[in-house]
Amino acid sequence: MKIGVLIKQVPGAESALPINDNETGIQEDQASFLMNESDSYALEEAQKIIESRGNGEVVAISLGPDRVQKIIREALAKGADRGIHLQTDAKGLADPLTLAKQFAKALESEQFDLIFSGLQSDDSGMGQTGIILGELLNMSTASLVVGTELSENTLKVKRELEAGWSQWVTLTLPASISIQSGLNQPRYPSLKGIMGAKKKELKILSESEFYIDGKKQSIQKVFVPKTNKKTEMIEGEPDTIVARLVDVLKNEVKVL
Amino acid sequence: MDILVVLESKNGSLHRMSREAIVGAQSIAAENGLSISALAIGIDTDQIASSVSGMNLDEVLVANHNLLSTYSADGFAECVKQVIEKENPSLVFVGHTYQTRDYFPKVSARIDKPFIPDVVSLMKEGDFFVFTKTVYNGKLGSKVVSNDSECTLISFQAAAFSEENIESGSASTRSFDIELESSQVRTSSEAPIQEEVSGIDLSSADLIVSVGRGIEKENNLQIVKDLASAINGELASSRPVVDAGWLPSSHQVGSSGQSVSPNLYIALGISGAIQHVVGMKGSKNIIAINKDADAPIFEIADYGVVGNILEIVPKLTEAING
Repeated sequence: MKIGVLIKQVPGAESALPINDNETGIQEDQASFLMNESDSYALEEAQKIIESRGNGEVVAISLGPDRVQKIIREALAKGADRGIHLQTDAKGLADPLTLAKQFAKALESEQFDLIFSGLQSDDSGMGQTGIILGELLNMSTASLVVGTELSENTLKVKRELEAGWSQWVTLTLPASISIQSGLNQPRYPSLKGIMGAKKKELKILSESEFYIDGKKQSIQKVFVPKTNKKTEMIEGEPDTIVARLVDVLKNEVKVL
Repeated sequence: MDILVVLESKNGSLHRMSREAIVGAQSIAAENGLSISALAIGIDTDQIASSVSGMNLDEVLVANHNLLSTYSADGFAECVKQVIEKENPSLVFVGHTYQTRDYFPKVSARIDKPFIPDVVSLMKEGDFFVFTKTVYNGKLGSKVVSNDSECTLISFQAAAFSEENIESGSASTRSFDIELESSQVRTSSEAPIQEEVSGIDLSSADLIVSVGRGIEKENNLQIVKDLASAINGELASSRPVVDAGWLPSSHQVGSSGQSVSPNLYIALGISGAIQHVVGMKGSKNIIAINKDADAPIFEIADYGVVGNILEIVPKLTEAING
């Protein structure tokens, strides 16, 4: 059983997001990058499956500039068996269809039984790459996965539906699924894991080995959203703030 | 065919976000001279087709097949692909529902056309449509264009358009034959289940005190519960609090939880990621307290406080209780 996990490095929830000069993205040198949240759940789910079977391999895969090797090493430290870095300096928020074609070209020879990805990235939020990759590699697919049960030739997944409903779906293998956050408790790397990660294989693919030309959609401009709503920002010492809030509740919203 | 709107059935009725997608199509059709067709696939097609027959549409296509009588990503993707290849729409509109998120990327792959998801508005600039979509979890916006001149798939975020603006008219119905083999559907589904029956109906609550990641740990939840009881409000949360197991999922507000529209929504330590905001932006009054001055929740709040909820909330409760 071989599971490939797509992990993406994105600005963390606390990161600054200053817009770059040509307004096509953010100034990356000002941002602090982390592993995308739902991807860390996908990684944990893959590791749990391989651990419970007692055999197989988890391969952590990331595309981007050299900085993404940090999250591949993090995945290796958490217990992934090896890593693949699709090295590119392409900037900005990418087009999922072209990205998925690049992943397909780079990963086809791996013959993964399963590909896991996070539901969507916390930067571009396209929510497609893992599913399109599955489609291109002729795998069955499912999105919004909140639970998995692997049998010999099938993968049963629990898919989240709307408004608190869910549904079990059985997929033939190979399969590519995208995983919703919250379905497990992602582990922290142990000290032993961190030491061991240095000895694990991290294969670097240069862009010429996976490049696919074309861009099906592009971002013209990134901007700070303008709000139509007038927000009263309440400032001051905590006591001043609380006094104004009580006033609002009593006299403006009228709920006290 | 210019615009194809793909419809979705929700418990036998037309999904609200399908109606909103129709409004989106109608908002650009007349001035650009574009025709609109709608597509009902497999499930409850009689009810779905009749629910749109009184709308201003050129045509309703109905695709029935025994393999489409329940949802599968493979079957639905193949159906939409065949309709697009035969009818050549230049724009395909759909609501950004959970079902869309599951199978529209497959349509994109199968026809090799771009899918721009979760769009909040569109406008024509010159000869091109420009689509606005939030990025960085709602903290920034982006303007996206398709580079494909033949066909582009677009899904709209909940409430991108108001269903009240739907134009009435009359639409004829045409059945569309789908060729589908059982070997093309690689999945089988069980009946949907509801995890836990919700003890509270937040959708009718008048006052909601809602808590997010900023509460930091489970032990701190008491201060939020105390505030909720001081104003006699219901306790709610964003997804991270439920994911951490600190509150049952019946308390969750957002795209995977309940949609609420109370008189007052107090958002405590909630950043305002788009998945949460779609569930509560209809609230009449919003008070937000968050330590991050750039949190997107402040864009929709009426009153905002940049500060530590662990410090302010207990003081507020104390002041209310007198």
